[in-house]
Amino acid sequence: MDLIISTLNMSKIGYFYTDCLVPMVGNNPYATAEGNSTELSINAEVYSLPSRKLVALQLRSIFIKYKSKPFCEKLLSWVKSSGCARVIVLSSSHSYQRNDLQLRSTPFRYLLTPSMQRSVQNKIKSLNWQEMEKSRCIPEIDDSEFCIRIPGGGITKTLYDESCSKEIQMAVLLKFVSEGDNIPDALGLVEYLNEWLQIIKPLSDDPTASTSRWKIPSSWRLLFGSGLPPALF
Amino acid sequence: MAATFFGEVVKAPCRAGTEDEEEEEEEEGRRETPEDREVRQQLARKREVRLLRRQTKTSLEVSLLEKYPCSKFIIAIGNNAVAFLSSFVMNSGVWEEVGCAKLWNEWCRTADTTHLSSTEAFCGFYHLKSNPSVFLCQCSCYVAEDQQYQWLEKVFGSCPRKNMQITILTCRHVTDYKTLESTGSLPSPFLKALKTQNFKDPACCPLLEQPNIVHDLPAAVLSYCQVWKIPAILYLCYTDVMKLDLITVEAFKPILSTRSLKGLVKNIPQSTEILKKLMTTNEIQSNIYT
Repeated sequence: MDLIISTLNMSKIGYFYTDCLVPMVGNNPYATAEGNSTELSINAEVYSLPSRKLVALQLRSIFIKYKSKPFCEKLLSWVKSSGCARVIVLSSSHSYQRNDLQLRSTPFRYLLTPSMQRSVQNKIKSLNWQEMEKSRCIPEIDDSEFCIRIPGGGITKTLYDESCSKEIQMAVLLKFVSEGDNIPDALGLVEYLNEWLQIIKPLSDDPTASTSRWKIPSSWRLLFGSGLPPALF
Repeated sequence: MAATFFGEVVKAPCRAGTEDEEEEEEEEGRRETPEDREVRQQLARKREVRLLRRQTKTSLEVSLLEKYPCSKFIIAIGNNAVAFLSSFVMNSGVWEEVGCAKLWNEWCRTADTTHLSSTEAFCGFYHLKSNPSVFLCQCSCYVAEDQQYQWLEKVFGSCPRKNMQITILTCRHVTDYKTLESTGSLPSPFLKALKTQNFKDPACCPLLEQPNIVHDLPAAVLSYCQVWKIPAILYLCYTDVMKLDLITVEAFKPILSTRSLKGLVKNIPQSTEILKKLMTTNEIQSNIYT
């Protein structure tokens, strides 16, 4: 999401102020110069790009215990009341929970709610994407029923299920990822999204281009801490 | 507990939980019996933040700032910030306690402000007798993630006033500060600031640069002020000594010349002496051999 907001230079239009997320603040995470570096950012903000009719909600902290379900309700209520035509959730799932088939295939998956399927099924089919497979609801039990599971996906499954029942047009795009440096995963996921939405010129149209056409925000610096003390060596 | 980059084990309070806990929570939600629900509700009641009146110890019916007019609110969070305001501001005027916040969590149980030793955790609210719209909060207890919004509601309420100015003082460990050089080479303690869009005055120190962020109660207060367009500034002292320390407290001194504390500080040398006495008293108490 940071890559989309940063690359498209989306404008902040508001805050999703909630008691469900751990509070955090910092200066502008997308600052490019001294002049635009001092606008305060909080844990959940809304950005827009009117020319593309695009609105982005960026969540920057984790849920407070027992607050993830209330958050989903508030979020979907806002989606409905603000008249959003479609919602796309960018997510991930633990790569260590993949089955044998998933290990041998692309790490990207999608899910569509029934109402979204009716409107974009043909487009998605033309992209030859892999739909998220059902797996055993209780992995340890052999005769357990099959259902959609997104281990490590946080509120993704709840959002998807609620959107199905509320007839919200929602698509989930996710990547199987491991703990560690997730910058390549973020770049991969945004390229996956771009194949569909064409936020910027797709890679397929320009094979010589690299993923460096996405603007890495200044807040991604020093992800693994400060510099090392010279005395260590 | 958590290990830092260099392997030191530090206490890391966090009630936010992890993703695995989220999945367990979902499972529990489906399996939750009436007894489980009762236990959870009892724990939630135990963790409630209550704002009590000074004299009667009864709860305030409305939030603190709905009950009292406020033009200036200075909040000290943590021992060193509290010691700074005690020595330099509270000793320069007559302050009256209007109430206190009572809360409990796994890391902190707040004590009564009437019978308090300097090492006990508390959260008291005071206003200046000569100008009762000037408020002070001394908060030396840890307010957990699930209590921070409650604290905000009890103090600020749901109808935020825009014509007041908030100043927050707190400390963080210098290892939390991200920079290209090693944090060991930084001249700590040092001050950084974060301000809301509506705070137009200059800060007395550099602003906190990305990728550094702030969390806990100071972040909760600043987020509230940013969203509701209240002018607010947070002064953050990065230090390598988190317990009560003279050099750390004195690092807040540049704030004395700002508009936030204008007119509230009278005799700086005398305040410095009071601060030194406070340190000595605390050192004696923290001696494990006495």
